Amino acid sequence: MTVHLSSPAPSRRGLPRHLFWPVGYAVAALLVFLLLFAKHRGYLSPAFSDFLQQWLSPSSIIEAVVWVICALGLNTVVGYAGLLDLGYVAFWAIGGYTAGWLMSEFFYQVNVHVLGSVPQARPGIHLSFWMVLAVGAALCALFGALIGAPTLRLRSDYLALVTLGFGEIIPQVFTNGENIGGFNLSNGTKGIVPVDPISVGGFRLGPFDLHWKYLIFVGLAVLIAWISLRLREGRLGRAWLAIREDEVAASAMGVPLMRVKLAAYAIGALAGGIGGVAFATHVNSVSPERFNFSISIILLAMVVLGGMGNVWGVILGALVLAWVNSTGLQQLGNALNDLTGRDINLPSYNYLIFGSVLVLMMLFRREGFLPESRTRLVLREHGREGISGEATLDYEAADDMATPGTGEDIRVVGEEPPDAGEDVREGRI
Amino acid sequence: MTHAAVAAPPVLRAERVVVRFGGLVAVNGVDFTIPQRGVVSMIGPNGAGKTTFFNALTGLYQLTSGRVFLGDKDITGLSPHRVAALGIGRTFQNIRLFGLMTGEENVKVAMHSHLRSGVTRTIFRTPRQRREERQAQEAARDLLDYMGIGHTADEYARNLSYGDQRRLEVARALALRPSVLLLDEPTAGMNPRESAQFTQVVHRIRAERGLSILLIEHDMSVVMRVSDRITVLDRGEKIAEGSPAEIRADERVIEAYLGGSREGRAS
Repeated sequence: MTVHLSSPAPSRRGLPRHLFWPVGYAVAALLVFLLLFAKHRGYLSPAFSDFLQQWLSPSSIIEAVVWVICALGLNTVVGYAGLLDLGYVAFWAIGGYTAGWLMSEFFYQVNVHVLGSVPQARPGIHLSFWMVLAVGAALCALFGALIGAPTLRLRSDYLALVTLGFGEIIPQVFTNGENIGGFNLSNGTKGIVPVDPISVGGFRLGPFDLHWKYLIFVGLAVLIAWISLRLREGRLGRAWLAIREDEVAASAMGVPLMRVKLAAYAIGALAGGIGGVAFATHVNSVSPERFNFSISIILLAMVVLGGMGNVWGVILGALVLAWVNSTGLQQLGNALNDLTGRDINLPSYNYLIFGSVLVLMMLFRREGFLPESRTRLVLREHGREGISGEATLDYEAADDMATPGTGEDIRVVGEEPPDAGEDVREGRI
Repeated sequence: MTHAAVAAPPVLRAERVVVRFGGLVAVNGVDFTIPQRGVVSMIGPNGAGKTTFFNALTGLYQLTSGRVFLGDKDITGLSPHRVAALGIGRTFQNIRLFGLMTGEENVKVAMHSHLRSGVTRTIFRTPRQRREERQAQEAARDLLDYMGIGHTADEYARNLSYGDQRRLEVARALALRPSVLLLDEPTAGMNPRESAQFTQVVHRIRAERGLSILLIEHDMSVVMRVSDRITVLDRGEKIAEGSPAEIRADERVIEAYLGGSREGRAS
């Protein structure tokens, strides 16, 4: 499958190259919507409907879209700015709890309704989904900046470790936040249930209106993708790339490192907040055990496998991995068991399979399914050299090892500078 | 060959600069000025502290003591991006381009401090942002043409030839619209013909852009040809300063370069 997908976007359909993926995704999204709509209305034959429910359930599709939103956010941090973030789940959690606080009966002491989707009589804070999205995004951006301010002074591995710490701390705060000096922040391990449904205008989305929910979430994903693509083209995007390439040179060219990195962090976090709010309304609850370390890692894998820095690749990575995690393994396992008459619980080998795929990808396709054209250049060459161990196999690769991108001293390639002593003599004569 | 106006205040002035790394004194109390539109070279044996001094001027290293002024502004201790935005452009000894960015993008990165479009304007691609981007693109292409590397606009920097990379670094530094350009061994690894071309480029930049240039260089033929004044560092200290002719005749300089007693070189 990867081979097929990774073939460079061709113009075989008469489409300009740069439109291939956006149009492709739009068509796919529309088809899925039509399918969900038909399923909802009962237009599909029962057999086909069952098949869909098993292999491509509406709920898993919606969840996959949430993963796309978050993966795109992480891509801003990891793919664009090159800052390894192992604690991205923190933002997903903050977004989720924002929805929990502002769209439920959790704060039953008060009764605030602003365009909410539940009757006025219900206690608690009930804001409209759209307002909560904005609040969640803003809160996460703020937290992104707060967490970033001290940590972004660190480099590479140290940054990764500290973000890992924050990714653990924030969910822990929610897990143990039942009684913070008498204040119940998060309802502890019980979580916050239920979260209000989404409402659009006066129309309230019921539990079976999954096709509308899907459409809304796709809209959010499009928004994030759009922001990513636009920013990438501008002044800030160039600065992110420059930092990814060479921090020292970037700062010497007037790029304020802290500000630009903070912007990447805040914008990435913002997407996490939107994803978090969306997810909370999707599962109608917020509970801390959902926000564990593995989420950060899976998101990172989505970005890396999809193709760091390339929005289209990251979307693909997120969709594929989310589907495999939620449905694919389970169904493939069942199919396998039916076929062979065994009783293997394939999903329990989740991490084994996942790990193997990661290792294989790192060996054979380090740049991901759909790499950004520029990263393909390096990772491909170095990757090949890495596994073959024969530097002479690929002259280009061997050459590239000494170019400035790798931080090596370029002068080894050229002529050694003439001995200075000789020159003084020469100059004197 | 003294182009420098004598009366004009120096563009850059460093006073008693000391840079210490633990027990090692890399730069020890160096006084230094770059005159208006002057070309000043800094020479010295390997490890003399030239690049350290450079990095101290540009904010990459913190001074242990001393002060640096750009014009009459005190830039001591400012972070590199502030120093760059205030008008010190530089190149690196081991070329540090953004390898996976095109020539044009490399130059545009250096315009960061001149461009104004923020996140919102970029997301909505307002007319103002578009105009700014268009102007940046034109300016970047002009700079590339100016350095004679217009063909690199759409090439990734890492794929360029060595000479083109060196030129691209200068183009990038010029995009900061600096008042001072610091070139760290710009002709290292160039053949004599390329070095000669490069000296012409230095002259042209000075003449046409009104820049002052500080050059670290090992190639004495280049140094002697382009410099108004030469400063010699040895073991972190300034041991000589003067016109090329004076430096050529300076006993201490020769000693520093050849090491030990003069009997050693009986040529």
